Amino acid sequence: MELTDIAIKSIYAIVVVSVLMGFCSYAVLAERKISSWIQGRVGPNRTTLPIIGSIPYVGRFLTRLGVFQPAADGLKFLFKEDVTPAHVNKLYFTLAPVLSLVPALTTVVVVPFGYFENAAGEVVNLVLADLNVAILFLFAISSLGVYGVVLAGWASNSKYPFLGGIRASAQMISYELAMGISVLPVFMWLNAPGTDGTLSLVDVVNAQGGALWNAMWMPGSFLIFVVCIFAETNRLPFDMAESETELVSGFHTEYSSFKFGLFFVGEYAHMLVGSAVVAVLFLGGWHPLPFMTWADFGVHGWLAGVLSVGTMIGKLCGFMFFFMWIRWTLPRFRYDQVMRIGWQMLLPLSIANLIVYTFVIYFLERP
Amino acid sequence: MTDLFFYLFATLTLGCAFGVVFSKNPVNAAMFLIMTFLGMASLFVLLEAYFLAVIQILVYAGAVVVLFLFIIMLLDVKEENKHRVKPLTWVASLIGFALLILGVVAITSSDNIKATSESLPEAAGASLKNFGYELFTTYQLPMQVTGFLLLIAMIGVIVLSKKVKTDS
Amino acid sequence: MAIVVKRKPLTFLEKLYIPEIVRGLTVTFRRMFFGETVTLEYPEQRPPIPAGYRGVPTLVRDPEGREKCVSCQLCEFVCPPKAIRITPGEIPEDSDYAHVEKAPKEFDIDMLRCIYCGMCQEVCPEEAIWLQNQYSMSGYTRAEMVNNKAKLYELGGTLPDDHFKWNKKKEAAKNGGGHGHAMPPADMPRSENPEVPPVFPK
Ligand code: SF4
Ligand code: SF4
Repeated sequence: MELTDIAIKSIYAIVVVSVLMGFCSYAVLAERKISSWIQGRVGPNRTTLPIIGSIPYVGRFLTRLGVFQPAADGLKFLFKEDVTPAHVNKLYFTLAPVLSLVPALTTVVVVPFGYFENAAGEVVNLVLADLNVAILFLFAISSLGVYGVVLAGWASNSKYPFLGGIRASAQMISYELAMGISVLPVFMWLNAPGTDGTLSLVDVVNAQGGALWNAMWMPGSFLIFVVCIFAETNRLPFDMAESETELVSGFHTEYSSFKFGLFFVGEYAHMLVGSAVVAVLFLGGWHPLPFMTWADFGVHGWLAGVLSVGTMIGKLCGFMFFFMWIRWTLPRFRYDQVMRIGWQMLLPLSIANLIVYTFVIYFLERP
Repeated sequence: MTDLFFYLFATLTLGCAFGVVFSKNPVNAAMFLIMTFLGMASLFVLLEAYFLAVIQILVYAGAVVVLFLFIIMLLDVKEENKHRVKPLTWVASLIGFALLILGVVAITSSDNIKATSESLPEAAGASLKNFGYELFTTYQLPMQVTGFLLLIAMIGVIVLSKKVKTDS
Repeated sequence: MAIVVKRKPLTFLEKLYIPEIVRGLTVTFRRMFFGETVTLEYPEQRPPIPAGYRGVPTLVRDPEGREKCVSCQLCEFVCPPKAIRITPGEIPEDSDYAHVEKAPKEFDIDMLRCIYCGMCQEVCPEEAIWLQNQYSMSGYTRAEMVNNKAKLYELGGTLPDDHFKWNKKKEAAKNGGGHGHAMPPADMPRSENPEVPPVFPK
């Protein structure tokens, strides 16, 4: 690998990560706005910037929408007092927030977000690393994210965070199984006899181009996967680690200031990656419609790049909206219910689903 | 370059493995264990066995050590203060170490390795298809046996954890 | 006795979760896009204050602009958390209301102590202190949270008065009457205790 290669890749990575962080902060804003709309409130509508905010109509509209709020939130996290309680294990206490954010940012490298056609008419996929084992890589790295939560709970050395940490570890393991099994049919369909074995996410998207999206003919897999994504990202109704009604604030009770901010951003980064994976695996990635690709619309070249990335981002935002919509609709499950759903419902269901689709795919692909 | 990385990751793996053995705080040990697994995964990557590397992280670092941590936290294991090693442990570990050395010597001195060192075959763990194919043909028996062992272990756990109703 | 409410057993569809979740989602969706905002944007929009609201205690003037308080200090005495401090003062001789004799020189209510109980209003014989519709008190220092006399009158403003009792008294005094009351009937029982002065000395 040339040095320039490394430099270019690094620049790409920095761009992708910054875009992701930007999305995270606006996801926080979206969460606050959506919750306020559902609850009949107005939500953040005061923060404003000197010049942009004073443009007539537009500035006021943006201010009312809370567009400048994320900047204020970020500054607040930076400048608040950083309290480290005396009774914590300093090393792990500091390490935990980082550990919860880094895996989320690392998984982004295998998530494809579009394609464009270069001058020679070749299709170039926009992905940082098109790994052959992308989906496994994604599961592996995102499963490391639980250490952030568990260590935070343990290092805080107080009861509520501790309970949160324990719950998180049990919940993660329980739902990882069902999640893994539920995506198997997708890859069984992808790896038709005679093809090279692949677990690449780019190939999943390409396979859905000009065909039915996976969610449409594998609703079972889709449903189980979505539920598991909710559980894995620690979102309501599965936010056992946090459950503020019983555990104060769960694993991050003892955290303040920027460390808390890292947890906060980490949660949204996980959600974003989760939404992207759902979009890629089940919702046709950057293809605009089932049975249609952008090429079918006669879109080529750079325009295709813009449109495909736009489609992908649109789907991602749609799913993020779903995340939040669910959060402000459903009450939290009880811990024992979470375990029961995971082991007694989702796991058997995902296995049954796998068996059914094994037969379906066998009959579909039989020559 | 690859050599450099190999030494880097090998040192990391070994160092962390020692950390696992010698750290008194069980949580520290678990963390070192994760680092060991990550180091091993990196070594697999250097061997271009991506699948194995990823599985290593997914299964061991992602699930098994989480379970370890879960247990450590649940049982509230305190730091082990007195670290008295029984003579039997010494003997057992010495025998284990000797066996390990023997194994390494046996492998490195075998003609098999020397003969093929010029052109290595593609690792079975590199391509998914090869891996699956090997697993379900050449290594079918070991895989079944392993599965059976795991099943027995599982049943054993269930039997042990089920409370037996006694009359008293 | 505890009432046991029997739960209805869930129907099959309800047990499936999904239809019920979808129902919940439609509810929140409707709220999100067609529901109306039920909150007020506070500093600009203020909630309507119902009559009889017990807000910050204030001092009031009568329609003639006279300060009603006669610094009898009953409120200071009755205030449970001792939030009121009064320094009584005299009304100068040349004033129109010299016959009222007393008015507060200083009147401080410490709003960090006040519990909005309304006892002061209840006890005041002159209806001079009122808990009105002011509900938002804030300040950066403790000193700022003490309402002095000027502030209290500014907050209180003027309240209508039907009686103008001090004017009547003045009138009555001029005409040789007592405290603005008609002379008591002759058969009204008098106090037998010589220590207690007669009710209508003048
Ligand atoms: S406010 Fe009323 S009770 Fe208080 S001193 Fe003045 S007249 Fe007396
Ligand atoms: S409202 Fe109650 S507490 Fe406040 S000044 Fe009056 S008597 Fe004192």
